[in-house]
Amino acid sequence: MKVLQVIDQAFRTTTEEQDDTILWLTQSMRGAGGDLMVLLSGHGVHYAVLNERQPALGLGAWQQQQPSEIPRDISNLVNSGVPVFVVRDDLEERGLARLPLREKVEPVSRDSLPDLYEQADQIWHW
Amino acid sequence: MTETKTLTFAFMDPPFESERTVTFFRLLDATLDKGANVRVFAYEGAVALAFALQQTHGNSVHGRNDEEEAHPLTREWIAALQQKAADKNLRFEWINCGLCVDERGVNEVIDGCGRGGPPDLWRFASDAFNTLTIGTR
Repeated sequence: MKVLQVIDQAFRTTTEEQDDTILWLTQSMRGAGGDLMVLLSGHGVHYAVLNERQPALGLGAWQQQQPSEIPRDISNLVNSGVPVFVVRDDLEERGLARLPLREKVEPVSRDSLPDLYEQADQIWHW
Repeated sequence: MTETKTLTFAFMDPPFESERTVTFFRLLDATLDKGANVRVFAYEGAVALAFALQQTHGNSVHGRNDEEEAHPLTREWIAALQQKAADKNLRFEWINCGLCVDERGVNEVIDGCGRGGPPDLWRFASDAFNTLTIGTR
C-alpha cells in the first residue's frame, strides 16, 4: 500500500512539538516499513523553501533548547526514500516561487495533482 | 456472505474544542450502523478523548446541577460505541499515540483503549478498506 500524505497546514504546533507532527508521523511510519509520499500544498508549501531552524521560544527564564528543524526533517524524509512534492501554484500565490526549493523536493502543478493522486492507494489529507 | 469491511480513522482534535470532534464520533457511529469494523488512531490532542478522569459538572448558568446537566463526556461516547460494536458483533479498536499521551499526562484511559504509535496507524490502515484522516485546524 502506498499513501500520499497531503500537508496543507504549516507551523501547526511546531513550537510545542519541535517538529511538524505530520512530517514526524510520516518519518516514523517510514521507519516501520511504510511506503509513503508527501505533498506540500496550501500554507504547507512554506516547508519547501525553509532553510533555517525555527527561532527558539523564550518565556521568562524558560528557554527552548531544541526548536523545530523543518529543513532537516524534509531532507531526512527524502533521503529515507519518501518523495516530497510541492504545489508550484501555491508557491506562486504566496510569493515564494523564486526561492530555491529544498534539495530533491519536486514541484508539481495543480493541474497534475490527479496524476499524483492516482499513484497512491490512499490519500491522507491533514 | 459479504466480508465485513474495516474503516480506519486518524483523528487529532481534543474534546470540547471543535465541532470536528462531534462529527468524528458521528462518523464512527455511522460506520457501525453500516456494519463495518472501526479502528481509531488518536493522535495529539485526540488522546484526551479516552481520558478516564473526565468528570461531569453542574452548570449554574443553565440552572442545572451535575445530575440534571448530564454533561457529555467523550470517554462515555467511546464506551457507548464500544458497546454498540459488541452488540453488533463488530470490532471497535482504539489506539492512542503514546508519546502524545505522555505529553499531556492523560495516561489513565478507559478500558478497551490502548497505547501505541505510528506503526499501529500504518498497520490499521494497511488492513483497512480505507482510511480517513481528520487533522486539526
